[in-house]
Amino acid sequence: MNKMMSTDIKHHLTDEILMGYSAGTLPEAFNLMVATHVSLCDACRAQLAACDAVGGVLLDEHDIPNTQMQPDSFAATMAIIEQSAPITKTPAAKKPSVLPTPLQDYIGGDLSEVKWRPIGMGVKQAILPTSKQASARLLMIPAGAAMPDHGHHGLEMTMVLQGAFQDDDGYFARGDVDIADSDLEHTPMADIHEDCICLAVSDAPLRFKGILPRIMQSFIRI
Amino acid sequence: MSASSHNVLPRERSVNFQTAATRLVAVGSKRVTDENKRNLWISHVHRIRDDSDKAAFADLYAHFAPRVKGFLINSGADGSMAEECAQEVMATLWHKAHLFDPSRASVATWIFTIARNRKIDILRKQRRPEPEDLTWGPEEELDQTDVLALQQETEILSKALTTLPAAQRELIEQAYFGDLSHSEIAKKTGLPLGTIKSRIRLALERLRQTMK
Repeated sequence: MNKMMSTDIKHHLTDEILMGYSAGTLPEAFNLMVATHVSLCDACRAQLAACDAVGGVLLDEHDIPNTQMQPDSFAATMAIIEQSAPITKTPAAKKPSVLPTPLQDYIGGDLSEVKWRPIGMGVKQAILPTSKQASARLLMIPAGAAMPDHGHHGLEMTMVLQGAFQDDDGYFARGDVDIADSDLEHTPMADIHEDCICLAVSDAPLRFKGILPRIMQSFIRI
Repeated sequence: MSASSHNVLPRERSVNFQTAATRLVAVGSKRVTDENKRNLWISHVHRIRDDSDKAAFADLYAHFAPRVKGFLINSGADGSMAEECAQEVMATLWHKAHLFDPSRASVATWIFTIARNRKIDILRKQRRPEPEDLTWGPEEELDQTDVLALQQETEILSKALTTLPAAQRELIEQAYFGDLSHSEIAKKTGLPLGTIKSRIRLALERLRQTMK
C-alpha cells in the first residue's frame, strides 16, 4: 500500500462529480482531479466503483430496439483481434510521492520536474495541459501565507497534496478537497508548518477583487 | 445529439422487480435467469482468457455489442463510428480477458468502463487520467466469496434501479446514457439545475439504502 496514502481524508468528492467521471461527461481537468483524489482515497474509490456498477446495470438492461450491429460485424471484430496485440497489465503505481501517478503523468515526472511560475505574494503555480473546457494547475502557497482574495465563477475544486490550508469551510490536509461553487468568496490560508501544494481545477477563470490582481490575472491565467 | 436517451428505454420494466429478477432472457438458444446470466458471462470471459473460446465470445458479443453501440450513439457518435467503436470495445474485452476481476466488477460493469473510456478517447478526444491501481499482495488468489458478494450486490442494485421513481431513474439514465453534464441536462429538460441535482442525489441515496 502506498505509504503516502492518507487514511484520514475528511473532505471528499461529491456523488455528482464521481458520477460524471463514471459516465465520462466531465472536462479533462475534473477527471484529473477525480483520478488524483481516488488514488489517495479509498472511500471515493469505492463510491466510484458503485457509480460504475450503476453504469453496468444500465448498459446490461439497455433496450436496443433500433440498434443492431452490421451483418459482418463479428467477423470484422475477430479480424481486429487477430491484427492487434494482447494488452498487458497497466503499470503499477510509482514509488510514494507527493504527486499521485495521474498527476506525474501530466507533469512528465515527479515534484522536482514541476515548472513553477511566481504569481505574486510568494504564491507559485504551474498550469497543466488539459482540454479547454476547464483548467488544472498546481499551486504552491508558502507556509502561513494567504492566497489572493478571490471569488469564483462556476465550480472550483482544490485538493491538498502537501501541507494544509484553512478557510471558511474548514481545515484541509493531504487528500482533502475543498469544493467552491459560484459566488463564494474565500481566502485560504496555508498552515504554518509547511509550504502547501495543491491541485486546483476550475471550469471558469477565477476573478480577483483587487485591481492589481485583476490586471495580473489576464497575464498569468490564475 | 440523438433522440433523448430516456425515450429509448423501456418504462414498463419498473412495474415489478420480482418479475425483473426472474425475467428470462434469451442467450443464443438457451434461456437463463438474470443471476445465472451474470455467472455465465463470467465463465465466458474466463473461457476467452483460457481457451480463446470464440463461441463464448460470440455469446457475449450478441448481448453486449449492440448495447455498447447504442450507448455510443446516445453519446453523440454517428452510426458508423458507433459500430466501429463497439467492435473495438469488444476486441479490447478479448485482449483484456486476463485482467477481468469478478470480485471487483460484473462483466457488464467492466464492459461499461471499457466503452466509457473509448467514448472519451474517440468522441471527446481528451486524455484520460486514471486513478493509481491498488497494489495487491503477492498472491492474487481470487476469493470466490468476494466474487459471490459482488455479483449479489449487482443483483440488488439492478432491482433497486427498477424500483426507482420514474423521474429519478430517467435522470440517472440521462446522466450515463447521454453526453450531457448535469447543467446541460437542466437546459435540455427545462428543469432547474437544483431539481436535477436533488433528484439524482435522492436516487443515489435510495440505491445506497437498498444496498445496506
